[in-house]
Amino acid sequence: MSAPLVEAQGVVKRYGPTAALADGRLTVLPGESHALVGRNGAGKSTLVTILTGLQAPDEGTVRFDGEPAPPLADRDAWRSKVACVYQKPTVVPELTVAENLFINRQPLRRGFISWRGLRTRAAELLDTWDVRVDPEARTADLKVEDRQMVEIARALSFGARFIVLDEPTAQLDKREIERLFGRMRALQDSGVTFLFISHHLQEVYEVCQTVTVLRDARWITTAPVADMPRAALIEAMAGETIAEQAIQLREVEDTAPVLLDVRDLTSDAYENVDLTVRRGEVVGLAGISGSGKIELAESFTGLHTPTNGTARLDGRPLPFGDVQASLRAGVGFVPRDRHAQGLVFGMTIGDNATLSVLDRLGRYGFVGTDRKRGFATELIDRLDIHTEGPDQPVSDLSGGNAQKVVMARALASDPRLLVLINPTAGVDVKSKESLLSRVDTAREDGTAVLVVSDELDDLRRCDRVLVLFHGRVVAEHPAGWRDHELIASIEGVDHHG
Amino acid sequence: MADTQAPPVKPVSVPNVRSARAVLLRRARELALVPALLLLLVLGALLNDAFFTEATLISILASSAALAMVVLAESLVLITGKFDLSLESMVGIAPAVAALLVLPAAQSGWGTELPAPVALLAIPLVGAAIGAFNGILVVKVKLNAFIVTLAMLIILRGLLVGATKGKTLFDMPDSFFSLATTTFLHIPMSVWLAAAAFAVAGLVLKYHRVGRSLYAIGGNLEAARAAGIRVDRVRLGVYIVAGVLASIGGLMYTGYVGAIGANQGENMIFTVFAAAVIGGISLDGGRGTMFGALTGVLLLGVVKTMLTMAQVPSFWIDAIYGGIILLALMIARVTTGRAQD
Repeated sequence: MSAPLVEAQGVVKRYGPTAALADGRLTVLPGESHALVGRNGAGKSTLVTILTGLQAPDEGTVRFDGEPAPPLADRDAWRSKVACVYQKPTVVPELTVAENLFINRQPLRRGFISWRGLRTRAAELLDTWDVRVDPEARTADLKVEDRQMVEIARALSFGARFIVLDEPTAQLDKREIERLFGRMRALQDSGVTFLFISHHLQEVYEVCQTVTVLRDARWITTAPVADMPRAALIEAMAGETIAEQAIQLREVEDTAPVLLDVRDLTSDAYENVDLTVRRGEVVGLAGISGSGKIELAESFTGLHTPTNGTARLDGRPLPFGDVQASLRAGVGFVPRDRHAQGLVFGMTIGDNATLSVLDRLGRYGFVGTDRKRGFATELIDRLDIHTEGPDQPVSDLSGGNAQKVVMARALASDPRLLVLINPTAGVDVKSKESLLSRVDTAREDGTAVLVVSDELDDLRRCDRVLVLFHGRVVAEHPAGWRDHELIASIEGVDHHG
Repeated sequence: MADTQAPPVKPVSVPNVRSARAVLLRRARELALVPALLLLLVLGALLNDAFFTEATLISILASSAALAMVVLAESLVLITGKFDLSLESMVGIAPAVAALLVLPAAQSGWGTELPAPVALLAIPLVGAAIGAFNGILVVKVKLNAFIVTLAMLIILRGLLVGATKGKTLFDMPDSFFSLATTTFLHIPMSVWLAAAAFAVAGLVLKYHRVGRSLYAIGGNLEAARAAGIRVDRVRLGVYIVAGVLASIGGLMYTGYVGAIGANQGENMIFTVFAAAVIGGISLDGGRGTMFGALTGVLLLGVVKTMLTMAQVPSFWIDAIYGGIILLALMIARVTTGRAQD
């Protein structure tokens, strides 16, 4: 057996009284793709910052190829060993791809940058690793997957052969994920080792050979993926057996009144969409990215404006292109990206949760503080948000709890139509359960729910799932569909769109 | 898939066509104001026979030189994603300190009566010192750049008024005015100097690692840091350079006006920001070129001269000038097709 490429032993990292990592261990063998999984707050990110030399561990050792890790200040030494591709881009958006690859080490001629030399070297580098990206493109214009490949190529050019991918698939659709995996396998064959962090266990089984599980800041287990059935992996992560819940099929009575009635809706992202959602019905929207599913859902929330067609909510026409008017008409929504649209990170949980219902908490635009606190506390209880109270800033919360705050706001106005876009993106297993159980509660209250998601788990709870392809509804699957059926129709395999 | 070598048949032409278009597009953004500038020149010539003459054109350049230096200084700071409002006060205080050093006490000087060359040398030093002070507060102490430099703007203006007791300084040695009075090829030295400063800044920003690092810092601070750029050192340096450039701009202003009023440079910062933003410098940092900033300066210079020549009543000039700045911003927004953030 070959010597480990990376070996971390007994790593401890404390922030004040709390141990972010109490017993971190990791052994990565050269040439493998190693998965690092754990719920939010399990210590994955902390371990990554230590492995990439951004922080020193309080205790424990990190070794690369048997050698002790370089000192923190020696950035060049770290760069030649390990690199991390984060969800947040670490490229300069306004500069070209070529310049980003060689930032601060541009090839010089007589002390000045040789742009020709830069282009040539960038093209060579991209070619070597088979990255099909135009070196002259503005980096801001790249797709997420290409940007990730550029960052990987840059890391490889420093000599690093150990790449940490921090939730690389979070912003990709199924097809892009497949491409990323293809490229990962190719790079792996040429000797690159990956540490792969993901919330999607399916992906772990697809690309990784070994998996390490962290829980509550401790190492739990490391095992070959093949010896780790899904149930055992979930158990290791959760510390308890979450029974794969049987989805009880329940019929929405055909007689339930239609709450959302959409006729012939058209915009630049989709066309001629007809859609009805009954009281207490949960309808899923699925499709690859660019299928128009997000724009369709955003049309009901006022974030996207259709050019033609009508939507009626409870008999009354739903106004378009005006978020305020949509809220007033009885739409509650969880927007696509909680960082960009969901939360004001500097504000408290209470403020965030009640942001869209302030008019109910006082008169003439004034907000009653006590009423707000009371209202927020009630929401925190209802959604089981783990927090010290409504006055804690949202920025303190983990991904799962932050998403619950977004959900709390969507529910705060007691909506008649609840639109959820990627409601469980970047959220751990347990929070996911809790978020999705809100959908069931809403359904029982007679709310119409529209769920847009790439996650089969989210869609499984829907009474039916509509599939969009190139802006058209191409299929409808009643509850009880099989994974491969739905995926086939999302990917456009079973029809000729 | 395992093969890391490029496949034999490679679609080389595709990226080339794409990149050619991308380059053209980027250039187009840089040159966005040129048609507007040409249009204004033609318009000016049609409206007034005296407009398209050597004398008028040179006077546009001469009156724009000081502004150009300050816009250059501000643009460098803006590209790194910071602010410096106090530059306008440096325009006043730097040459004033030099004047106070040479003037006898009878003419409200400090009575040191230093030789003129030594006093002139004090000008960039004062600029550098103030720039360094701003830079340390903003970069090292991490105070908010907007408020720090706003406070400095007020402090420096107050110091100037205090030191001169509100009086105008004149009767300085001729060398104080020589940037404006000596000419080469009929064009004042201040114009040549400003042009040279823009050319050097443009070259450094395009062809030197330090110059490129300004864009990296303004575009994505963390990425710049991760690439090994000494972010704080570069930003501090930019504040110092900006101080030097603005103080030289102040000397040009003094030469152009012929005296140093206690209000020299007052309210200039608004025009400076207008010229920079019209010229495509982003207030968020990381974006903009020296050529763009220069066209912004020239555009405003041409407009101002046109308004004067059209004999617009002086009470109305500011209102019209402000309106034109707003219009220019809108035109720049439409032609570049980009949000100006």
